[in-house]
Order: sequence, then structure tokens, then C-alpha cells
Amino acid sequence: MEAALDLIVPILAATLRVATPLILAALAGLFAERSGVVDVGLEGKMLAGAFAAAATAAVTGDVWLGLGAAILASSALALLHAFACVTLRGSQVVSGMAINVLAAGLTATLALAWFRQGGQTPALPPDGRFQPIALPGAQWIAEVPLLGRLVVGVLGGHTAPVYLALLLVPLAAFVLWRTRFGLRLRACGEAPGAVDAAGVSVAKLRYAGVMIAGLLCGTAGATISTAQGAAFSTDMTAGRGFIALAALILANWKPWPVLWTCLLFGLLDAVAIRLQGVPVPGLGVPFPVQAVQALPYILTVILLAGFVGRAVAPRAVGIPYVKER
Amino acid sequence: MTRPLPRWAELALLPLLNLVLAMAVSALVVLAAGQSPTAALHALAIGSFGSWDAIGFTLFYATNMAFAGLAVAIAFKAGLFNIGVEGQAAMAGLGIALVCLGLDASLPALLLLPLAILGSAAFGAAWGYVPGWLQARRGSHVVITTIMFNFIAASLMVYLLVNVLIQPGQMAPETRRFATGLAALSSFGFPGRSPANVTLILALLAAFVVWVLVWRTPWGYGLRVVGSNPEAARYAGIDEGRRIIVVMAISGALAAGIAVNEILGVHQKLILNFTGGAGFTGIAVALMGRNHPVGVLLAALLFGALAQGGSELAFEMPDLPRDMVVVVQGLIILFTGALGALLRAPLARVMARG
Repeated sequence: MEAALDLIVPILAATLRVATPLILAALAGLFAERSGVVDVGLEGKMLAGAFAAAATAAVTGDVWLGLGAAILASSALALLHAFACVTLRGSQVVSGMAINVLAAGLTATLALAWFRQGGQTPALPPDGRFQPIALPGAQWIAEVPLLGRLVVGVLGGHTAPVYLALLLVPLAAFVLWRTRFGLRLRACGEAPGAVDAAGVSVAKLRYAGVMIAGLLCGTAGATISTAQGAAFSTDMTAGRGFIALAALILANWKPWPVLWTCLLFGLLDAVAIRLQGVPVPGLGVPFPVQAVQALPYILTVILLAGFVGRAVAPRAVGIPYVKER
Repeated sequence: MTRPLPRWAELALLPLLNLVLAMAVSALVVLAAGQSPTAALHALAIGSFGSWDAIGFTLFYATNMAFAGLAVAIAFKAGLFNIGVEGQAAMAGLGIALVCLGLDASLPALLLLPLAILGSAAFGAAWGYVPGWLQARRGSHVVITTIMFNFIAASLMVYLLVNVLIQPGQMAPETRRFATGLAALSSFGFPGRSPANVTLILALLAAFVVWVLVWRTPWGYGLRVVGSNPEAARYAGIDEGRRIIVVMAISGALAAGIAVNEILGVHQKLILNFTGGAGFTGIAVALMGRNHPVGVLLAALLFGALAQGGSELAFEMPDLPRDMVVVVQGLIILFTGALGALLRAPLARVMARG
């Protein structure tokens, strides 16, 4: 039993850590796409956030200022996205891709020009990073046989963004399904004409959805560079924005399922790292880690194809709203 | 609704103005990086057109961009956004490798090379066909599936190169050199030492074929109807699904040109990430070129020059990495694509007055 815990606890703890930026980014996509604006630019906004957080924290030595800068940078890109998609009614996918390319270039260029360390920011001091927070009452909980160790080992000792992400899931569910704002936002994604007819501004609500996405992506980026890592390096988000998008689709654009799919992808990642180089029993060939890493994408394609279950996107997502005359 | 712009303004003036806008914002980024924009522009120009070598490299990169741009553009014509050019090109590289590794001992170069090119086109087409089929028959959005297919292709390539196709006793994840008997595809007598090769001529040929196919055949007419008015296409009895599937396969086959240019033209072996993001640049090329083969070729030359000038830029100005070129690309996608309406209305007003 103890041996099993030794194996399981670190994997589950890592799952939670790895899933955190995915949860934040997928919730970001949830708000944008529920309002009717496709967001393939999650990756770029996260990358901008990761750079802004690490750069600011490196200069000021304050992790919270870093988080603020990350949110600002990501929100600036979100504002651009909203302006292009809502005000100018441009192509939402093109705008998202432009943001991805722009963020990749900008962060690499500015990181090299400002810090001259080959595209990295300087390693962060302890105050420039999110530190682990001990679970209150951990020593008493740990006394409980088996379960105590599991709870403390898996849930305890994480950084602030991990707990924040876990809190944001019920909050997002409440805002989207239990408030007037949430109802109107979702209506914008399903039938914007009805929202307009009710005298509510579709444009304002879509701006709100996209800007909330900016806020959350910035937080996700800061998590990657100042909680999981201790500096920014070129292209450090490494496709997490697209994994988050996959998680959002698998979750059928709903907040609680978003948590489960992100945790599933986090688990896959945590397991894949441990299986690196481990031979498959009986075959003698190394375990195909890449197959595990590709699983989120394959699952998404299968679900989208409707072979298993059915992914139903918000009906009006991706279509610019034109007021009828 | 503002009045539509005259044709020449829509096709030439507007893209040019958007380009100027993108360059202006890029200059601000260069300033933010603490460097001189004029010096950067100078280094970019010399680096891309300053010598025969530079021009050769520019044309080499432009070949990639032309294939990528054509692949994106032809799908755009059917109203489809193919973000999967990167993955389709990678798979096409696998096609080349399988043909060459399997047959290079038994076939003469004159037979092997065309076969390898066909193999690459087949693999690229297959990787485009599946998202096309999923879109047409299962209603899965092609944007999302092609994004996912890029990552699936990347994982597959890493797996195959690390575990299966790797040269035994080698550390680097790459295949052995192909024994084609030729050093590489012929440089067709291009002056200077550059990797420019006959794939460039294939790109010009491909552009012509795309033009004929899309603008001069009934099939192409149907394709454009599907893209501009699916309702009308259905009413006219055009098989929308078939058009989508076939055009995605053609798009993937065009993406294979990147693999031919890089693998057969230069590397002579399959390596990881040989596409170098060309597939994504294809989006910018297609947008800038207004999805027309002539426009795509011109835009490809511009982006080829940016790619080559960018590496020289990093050499001349060590504090300005070649990623600066990626910024320019992003801004061009932004201004010509997403913010396309930004200048159109004011321009229409000015022209109506004048």
C-alpha cells in the first residue's frame, strides 16, 4: 500500500501542476467562444503573458507585479482580437493565428534585445516566483491513515495559481449559468439576434468575453514562467494553448467538464514523462511516449467527427454579428 | 455598406498600404528593442538581394513560401482555412524518405526522384484528405482538425525518427543520407552557392496549374461557388462535399512542395522540423497575395526575402534575432487579414471624393 502511494502521489501532484495552465487557458477559451468569438490565439496570449511575467518579475523581483504585467500584455492582445473580430468583423481564425505568430516573434525578439541571454530572461529570485503554499492543518490531516497522506501529498504544497485555477472552475460555472451576465453571454454565442432584439449590446458582451479570456490567458502564462518555471525561454508555452483548445472542445464548452479534460491531459503528460525510455514489457522496444502526447489531439478529432459522443459548439461561434436593418 | 473599391485599389493599393502599416509597426518594435529601424531595413535589403548568393537563398525560401501560399490559397477558394500545411509538409517529407530509403539502392536517380516527388505529394494529400473528409462528411470544423493534425504529425515524426528511421549508431534523430546518385536536385545553373534548385520551377508550374484549375475549368468554377456562396452551390447541384475533400487533398499535395524543396533540394535526408514554420507563413502569403497565384508568387518572393534577410539581419545586428521577421509576418497577417477592413472604408471614402 505504501509502495503504491509512493508511485501515485507524485503522479497526481504533477497532474494538478501540469493541468493548471491548461485549466486557466481552457476557461479563457470558454468565455470567448461562449460569447461567439473563436479563440485560436490562446497560445499567443499565454506566451505573451509568460514573457511579461518573467521579464517584470526579473526586473522588480516581485511575482505579483509579474502577474499584473502578464495580464496587461495578454489583455492587450485580447483587445486587438476583439477589435478585429467584433468591431471590424474580420476573420476570427485569422486574427487568432496572427496573434500567435505575433506573440512568438515579439517575445523572442524583446527577450533577446532586453536581456541579451539568448532569448531567455534571467533566472528569477525566490520572491520573483510563486512559492509552494503549505496546506493549512497539513500535519493533522497527514495523521489520517492512507487518505491523509494522499490528500496532503496531492493537494498540499502547490503554488497560488494551482488553487486559483481550481477555484475559478466553480466561479466560471456560476457566472456563466447562474447570472444574468452569463445568460446573455451564452446567448451571444447561440443567438446574437435575440440578444440584440432584447436591447442588449452584442458587441459589448463579446468584448467582455474576449477580455475575460485575455485576463485568464495572462494568468496561465504567468503560471508557466513564474510558478512552473523560473524564467522565460523562447516558445515556452509549447502548444499548451492548443491542448487547452482541445480540452475545451472535449469538454463540450462547459466549465466542469473543462476541469476533468484538463486533469486528464495533465495526467497523460505526467505519466508520459515517467514512461520516457521505459521498455514495453514483453516487446523490449521503448514505450511510444509520443503516442501518449498525441492522444489529446487524436481524442479531439475522434470526438469532433462524432464517432464517440458529439461536440456541439456554440451555434453562432465564429460568425461576426451584423445588426439587421 | 461603403462602395466597393476599384479593382486595382483592392488588388494592389490596399495590400501595399497594409504592408506599409505592418512595416511601420515593425519599425516601432525595432525601436523598442533599442535598435535602428533604418539600419535593420538596410541589413534586410542587402541580406536578401545584395549578392547572387543572397538572391539564390531568397529564391530558395520563396519556393517554400510559394507552395505554402498556394496550398492555403486554393483551400481558401473553397472557403476552407487550411492551417495544416505545416503537418502536411512534414508528412510529405516522410513520403520522400520512405521512397528513397526503400528504393535508392535499386533505382537510377532519373526514376527515383520523380517517384519520391510523387510519394511526397501522395503523403501530403492524404494528410489533407482526412480533415477534408471529416469536414465534408462528419461536419468537424477543418480549422480545428488541421490544427490537431499538425500536432499528430509532429508526434508521429518524432516517434519515427527517434525509434524507427534513425540511422543506427547515430544520436541525432535523422535518417541516413539518401543514395540518389545526385548531390541534390539540380541547381539549374543558378549563379553563386545557394540551395536554389529546380523545385523553384516546379513552384512556378504549380502556380500556373492552380490558376488553370481554379479559374479556367468547370471544376474550379464549382469550387469558387462553394467558397463564395455554398447555398447557391447546393442549389446548382454542385457536390459540395466532394469539392471540399478533393481541394483539401490538392492543398496537401501542394504543401508537399516544401518537403521536396528542403529534403530533395538540400538535406538529402529526413530531419526533424525541416519545415521551419513555412506552413504558417503560407497563411500570410495567401492573405497578402489575395489567394491568386500571381499574388501568391509575388508575396512568396517578399516573404522569401524576409526569411533570408532575417538570418543576415541576425548576423549584422546580434541583438536583433531572426524572430524579428516573425513579428513582421504576424503583423502582415494581422493587417491584411484580420484588420483588413481597417483601411478599406477610409480608402473608399477618399477615392470616392477624389
